[in-house]
Amino acid sequence: MSRAFRPRSLQEAVALLGDPELGAVPVAGCTDLMVLDHAMRRSHRAVVDLLGLAELRGIRWAEGGGSAGGPVVEIGAASTFSAIRADPLVRMHLPILAEAAATIGAWQIQNRATIGGNLANASPAADSAPVLLALDAELVLVGPAGERVVPYRSFHLGYRKTLLAPGELIARIRVPVPVPGTRQRFHKVGTRQAQAISKVVLAMCCRREPDGLLRGVRFGVGSVAPVPRRLRGAEQACEGRPAGAATAERAAAAAAAEVHPIDDVRSTAAYRREVLARLVRRMVLELAADAG
Amino acid sequence: MQEAIAVSDTVRFTVNGEPRCWQGEPMARLLDVLRYELGLTGTKEGCGEGECGACTVLLDGEPVCACLVPMLQCEGRAVQTIEGLGGADRLEPVQRAFVEAGGVQCGACTPGLVLTAWALLQREPRPDRARMREALAGNLCRCTGYERILRALEHTIAARQGGGAPAAGTGEATP
Ligand SMILES: Cc1cc2nc3c(=O)[nH]c(=O)nc-3n(C[C@@H](O)[C@@H](O)[C@H](O)COP(=O)(O)OP(=O)(O)OC[C@H]3O[C@@H](n4cnc5c(N)ncnc54)[C@H](O)[C@@H]3O)c2cc1C
Ligand code: FES
Ligand code: FES
Repeated sequence: MSRAFRPRSLQEAVALLGDPELGAVPVAGCTDLMVLDHAMRRSHRAVVDLLGLAELRGIRWAEGGGSAGGPVVEIGAASTFSAIRADPLVRMHLPILAEAAATIGAWQIQNRATIGGNLANASPAADSAPVLLALDAELVLVGPAGERVVPYRSFHLGYRKTLLAPGELIARIRVPVPVPGTRQRFHKVGTRQAQAISKVVLAMCCRREPDGLLRGVRFGVGSVAPVPRRLRGAEQACEGRPAGAATAERAAAAAAAEVHPIDDVRSTAAYRREVLARLVRRMVLELAADAG
Repeated sequence: MQEAIAVSDTVRFTVNGEPRCWQGEPMARLLDVLRYELGLTGTKEGCGEGECGACTVLLDGEPVCACLVPMLQCEGRAVQTIEGLGGADRLEPVQRAFVEAGGVQCGACTPGLVLTAWALLQREPRPDRARMREALAGNLCRCTGYERILRALEHTIAARQGGGAPAAGTGEATP
């Protein structure tokens, strides 16, 4: 029989999770955890329920909340994708996050799956990951050693390895509010529109300056590497250049060259590389087509 | 401190409005408790991993997969199963529409689909087909091809508007 804990505060949760005697695992929406429990016929010595923690809930605007000093939208890690896709702040300022949330599993899954669980589970195909890379989010981690804020781009260390220390939790996700006029794009390719794990998932964020040049370009991609990652080559190919066919071609070629996808049950490496290049090309061309 | 917040092995919740007091493994699946302990076998098990929706129940009114809900997280919550929606003698309009439109064949998916459809129509009076497809995407059906299920929802909406339900038949030649 597992011992179960329903902590009343984040501090209590962290104290429980930091106790090696107890050997407890955190549980949130259980959409990854219980699938594995079932498949592996495994059980847990102890579990700590995160869903009741007020500190992990809610989505709010915080002035000067980010390391860069600007306003952020701060998302509690136990927010479900249903809550995220319906949230007015997210819809207005982070439309690609709302879009990604709406593609995660189906209604039943979105009602339970949390964004913190999606990141902590660290699947290379997690759909919120490329979006948070493109938006350059930060994570607030809380553990036995206290609180620390880390850029999300440094969170994934290797296949399913993250920089979470034992007993440490993702408490909140801070997303800098993009300056007005920032273009955001999200595209997921799976076997069908809903309830499909991504074969390739791409998010992009950038500004088009009055002179027509692209600035602050960030691409986040999933399912083409052991971890969700930025496409630095494609970003450099766009930075300071006019949106248009030439830039689109360069960015697509750079993206194809910088990823090393694998063949697996969902797709092949060659398909993923080709699709990624096409998505990058299309996103850049769409920027050119946009007025202003 | 740990004792203060350890969960007792008792979970208090309601099933179809009836208060229940349950004791057992905190990570037990709500699905198993409903089927094997409470005898509510209307909730089906298909995949056991969140993909098929056969195990859909409403948790505080929201569709969830009962195969992925641990009893630990049912404390204080309201669970609604297909048994709570209506039996043969008092079918909800959406249930009757499933029957009349031919949206039921083997029936394995039906309880889950009906609950998801019912929850959708509770929230949104007039979802269009795209919205229906999105809301029902987590409920797989191997028999009907979905068309008659979508029609069942359309019939329910039309009947509700009082504008005289379109013919409840299947509207197509059956082979
Ligand atoms: C049918 C189905 C379809 C799916 N489709 C998609 C999809 O299209 N795209 C996609 O990206 N994902 C998909 N998923 C996976 C997605 O549901 C999960 O990744 C989900 O977001 C995990 O959140 P959770 O709250 O359910 O986590 P849980 O299952 O509760 O936990 C997952 C892991 O994270 C840990 N954890 C949870 N919260 C925290 C925290 N705050 N801090 C530290 N550790 C934590 C847990 O200990 C556990 O190891 C799907 C899952 C299913 C079952
Ligand atoms: S049995 Fe739960 S979703 Fe298939
Ligand atoms: S009626 Fe057989 S699975 Fe839907």
